Amino acid sequence: MGVEQKLANMGVVTTTLEKAVNWSRTGAMWPMLFGLACCAIEMMSAQSSHYDMSRFGMELMRPSPRQSDLMIVAGRVSRKMAPVLRRLYDQMPEPKWVIAMGDCASCGGVFNNYAIMQGVDEVVPVDVYVAGCPPRPEALIHGIVTLHHKVRGEKLKDWA
Amino acid sequence: MTMNEHTFISALKSQFNGEQHEFRGESTLLIQRDQLLDVTRKIREMGFERLSDITAVDYFPQENPRFHLAYQFTSLANHATLGLRVPVPGVNPSVATIEGIYPNANWRERELYDMFGIQIDGHSDLRRILMPHDWEGHPLRKDYPLGYEEPQFTFNFDEIDVRKPYAKD
Repeated sequence: MGVEQKLANMGVVTTTLEKAVNWSRTGAMWPMLFGLACCAIEMMSAQSSHYDMSRFGMELMRPSPRQSDLMIVAGRVSRKMAPVLRRLYDQMPEPKWVIAMGDCASCGGVFNNYAIMQGVDEVVPVDVYVAGCPPRPEALIHGIVTLHHKVRGEKLKDWA
Repeated sequence: MTMNEHTFISALKSQFNGEQHEFRGESTLLIQRDQLLDVTRKIREMGFERLSDITAVDYFPQENPRFHLAYQFTSLANHATLGLRVPVPGVNPSVATIEGIYPNANWRERELYDMFGIQIDGHSDLRRILMPHDWEGHPLRKDYPLGYEEPQFTFNFDEIDVRKPYAKD
């Protein structure tokens, strides 16, 4: 029977700033619209009506890194592409997250050779790795939900 | 091999004295390096209006000739294809450009230079085309290292994790 109860009776909900901000961040995450290989097909499928990623507030893909806060690296990254990928990441405003989608982006996958990055974590810090070759849309959505869990656990003292 | 190709090949052979190979109905003429420009010009005159491909084969431990350049020509009008093979030695490999005869050879020859390190004499814009510009080595050579990275399993996870490069924020 604290102040919360009284306020709730008056139609006011109290929460912490931390929770409110984290909740709003997860509710409308805008992924960047770019695919590098076959994983992009599964990413498109995850957005389309059958799997419907917009249930998690993610239907809006932005082609501009300036307007997006989630980078889904969907496919293998060649060594020539790596500086471009890093540049796109640098152009995204804070806070930003990265999902390495599929085996190639996570660890090089089947392309264990000179031309392909052995994991995109060599150039950008990765939050969630999604396994699969390519991962099914459910796996990508699971990865995104995992990222949402991670974001909900972020602390106010770490933001500054 | 169609009737057409037969005429083309024998015309070339009578003029340039090349060695003819045939495999599954496709004919290839093996010629010397200094004949390349003359032969290509003749091929163009004979009505092969399209250069389909230029690539190379590396017979690595063998040094002379180490490379075989493979040129592929198509004639849409005569419905014929024709291959040329040019042996090139492994030390300072070079060949004359056929850019003046087939303009699309420009990019093909850049690829040849990028992947095999074959110098193209007289090329107007000889830069790498596939690999980054500061890349060292020529990846399709047989003696080029694959750049193989040791896979990370449970038993050697920590050991590899120490030397694996990670990005900073």
